[in-house]
Amino acid sequence: MRLSKRSAALIATGLTGAMLLSACGGGDDEGGTGGSSAGSDTFSIYIGEPENPLIPGRTSETEGGQVVDSLWTGLVEYDNQTNEAAFTGVAESIESDDATTWTVKLKDGWTFHDGSPVNAQSFVDAWNWVAYSPNAADNSYFFSTIAGYDDLQAPTDDAGNVTGEPAATQMSGLQVVDDLTFTVQLSSPYAQWPTTTGYTAFYPLPPSFFEDPEGFGEQPVGNGPFQAEEAFVPGQGITLTRYDQYGGEQPANAGSVEYVVYAELETAYTDLQGGNVDIIDTLPPDAIASAEAEFGDRYIETEQGDITSLGFPTYDQRFADPNVRRAFSMAIDRQAISDAIFNGTRRPATSFLSPVVNGHRDDACDVCELNVEEANRLLDAAGFDRSQPVDLWFNAGGGHEAWMEAVGNQLRENLGVEYSLQGNLDFSEYLPKQDAKGMTGPFRSGWIMDYPVAENFLGPLYSTTALPPGGSNVTFYSNPEFDALLAQGNSAASDEEAIAAYNAAEDILIRDMPAAPLFNRLNQGAHSENVDNVVINAFGRIDAAAVEVVG
Amino acid sequence: MGRYVARRLLLTIPVLIGASFLIFALVYALPGDPIRALGGDRPLSPAVVAQLRDEFNLNDPLVIQYVKYVGDLLQGDLGTDFRGRPVSETIARVLPVTIRLALVAIAFEVLIGLVAGVLAGIRRNSFFDNLVLVSSTLVVSIPILVLAFVSQFLFGLKLGWFPIAGTQEGLYSYLLPGLVLASGSLAYVARLTRTSLAENLRADYVRTARAKGLPGHTVVIRHTLRNSLIPVITFIGADIGTLMGGAIVTESVFNLPGIGREVYNAVRAQEGAVVVGIVTLLVFFYIFFNLVVDVLYAVLDPRIRYD
Repeated sequence: MRLSKRSAALIATGLTGAMLLSACGGGDDEGGTGGSSAGSDTFSIYIGEPENPLIPGRTSETEGGQVVDSLWTGLVEYDNQTNEAAFTGVAESIESDDATTWTVKLKDGWTFHDGSPVNAQSFVDAWNWVAYSPNAADNSYFFSTIAGYDDLQAPTDDAGNVTGEPAATQMSGLQVVDDLTFTVQLSSPYAQWPTTTGYTAFYPLPPSFFEDPEGFGEQPVGNGPFQAEEAFVPGQGITLTRYDQYGGEQPANAGSVEYVVYAELETAYTDLQGGNVDIIDTLPPDAIASAEAEFGDRYIETEQGDITSLGFPTYDQRFADPNVRRAFSMAIDRQAISDAIFNGTRRPATSFLSPVVNGHRDDACDVCELNVEEANRLLDAAGFDRSQPVDLWFNAGGGHEAWMEAVGNQLRENLGVEYSLQGNLDFSEYLPKQDAKGMTGPFRSGWIMDYPVAENFLGPLYSTTALPPGGSNVTFYSNPEFDALLAQGNSAASDEEAIAAYNAAEDILIRDMPAAPLFNRLNQGAHSENVDNVVINAFGRIDAAAVEVVG
Repeated sequence: MGRYVARRLLLTIPVLIGASFLIFALVYALPGDPIRALGGDRPLSPAVVAQLRDEFNLNDPLVIQYVKYVGDLLQGDLGTDFRGRPVSETIARVLPVTIRLALVAIAFEVLIGLVAGVLAGIRRNSFFDNLVLVSSTLVVSIPILVLAFVSQFLFGLKLGWFPIAGTQEGLYSYLLPGLVLASGSLAYVARLTRTSLAENLRADYVRTARAKGLPGHTVVIRHTLRNSLIPVITFIGADIGTLMGGAIVTESVFNLPGIGREVYNAVRAQEGAVVVGIVTLLVFFYIFFNLVVDVLYAVLDPRIRYD
């Protein structure tokens, strides 16, 4: 009797083990994580796990954006050297007489990877889908400049609950004229609009997308130099192959590219050293100092279109006086922080604009340089109370503590003001606090451009229309004079006039200092001996089509 | 025995309900707005935010959210994450990776830990015993993060014996991470086995067995070891439960897309459905393996019965 019970137990245990073993026998052994450059015509690129499905209207971050950029070509493309819009994409021309009504003419012969043609309808349908709020697309707001956008937004009550359906499903500002022509009516003039259309949000979508957006997000069908012949594997990555019927002038040089998902940048770097991944577009902090020596001409360093600033809570009594804000800006030695904390991989900002955009001036900001004497004079004149410590805010987990502390130390040394670091909040708490005027002192503010236009560094961050909750103007700066100059630049007839107006607007910012520009980032990457012609563009993304396999 | 197991399994139902509600409440209690964080520096448009909050019931009070979740669960729907991917698919994807890693780790614990412990226990105070003592103390005192990076650098990059990261070489890819993951527990198993065995070897029944003239290995393996294994089995059983919870550090360093990484990311993004789905499953595993351990007691020690 006892024996039988014991053997039953033994059998049960054995079975459990067998079940577990069989559960792990099958499965994804063929998966491509950490894949190497086995084939002769293929290479691999490191990415982090994309946060969104691979749909242009929903991808707003770098990881997924890198893959989406390889799968699509927009109306215009950005030149890797000059960062200006070039008509090498789907658009033949984008023209307007009044900067408000734009006529987009498409080139003939472009096709999606499933063979369907890229026509005016592919753009109009895609844009309407992204703008329509029930689709909850991250990039919806990029279409808010188009007439009729508001009719596609569902009504909400004060508590933020959806209370009904949007009034329309199509923006009145988009009209298909013929197969290869459509018109776009903006709600206000914007002369730079053609340049914005190279951004991810503006890519076209094939008819198959609208049948199954979910499945499409895992295995997208685009019109770019590479196509997805298999679906994205979460946690592992995706392999793209060259699209031979590509409509552009620059087809992919390599036969295929494998995007490999890594959880840790350090692991990806070790894999690069071991020759298992070919390109990484960013370096782990420990490796920055040694990578140039280790990789030689396989080390890449390029300018990124971004800016890091120290935002001021203009709503706070202590920081309401522009002279206080100018004094703080002049008390920070940007070069010293860049050298000490970032190994020189941040360029001290001399302007509110990134150096990669047209209109950047090297000597725009006279208060962005260290000037301790003048800073103290301004602070005294403003009657700033130095006995109270200043709170310095930043979000947790983003690697901001070291340099914010350096900023604090300089304020203490140069202005005699104590500081207190407030860096315990995650993004999910930090951002709502910013939106609710909760910053009790200067705060870290980062911005990566959406498209290489000077206006992108001004309007979304400092204009009255960009005040939260809908916009990113977290300093709550509002100045009609600035808004007017911005509008003047937006409706300017020529690029020169536009830039003159944008620079005038920037001068107002420098006078009022809602934020102190600190750094522009330099991208560091490296690649294996297997590949050549690796370019990291101003968006921090690799031009996958240009990469040549040599190994 | 059968009734005992059935009763224990039935008891898991209230435990699972309680655990899932507790986890649900904890995720709910996390400060911050997950939808706001989706947009980053550039906020989503208000209508999109409203749509997402509506879709994921984020405007409802805690109890209503939970009832809606359980309602879907009873229809076999574990919900979706914020990007629209079903949680059930996520579990199906990450679970095999973690199971493989856990099994490799357990295999190392049993093989190396048990053998080292037995040898050290038999030859107390010998050179080998001291070697096990010193090396296990050393391994336990090194943080796993250091162990992971050093072994990856040494055996993966410099010597090239194992793949640096990823799962593309099948079970072979799991050997190095499995060994790193097992290292701490392995040392405990060795120490536990050694102590337990050494103690039992002095027991009266062992002297009796020897006096009967039984051969040495029979005395050690059949009589002493079986009795000495109870604490070791308890430890390994609990360890399986822990290992199934995933090893965030090991999985991240060796780029294994398993449960640990998934739960970590889900907690950070406040993805309630993902956290509750996976962690409830883990609670079940933990209960299940403890049951297996209890059943094993009866096999090892005939004096223990469950009727």
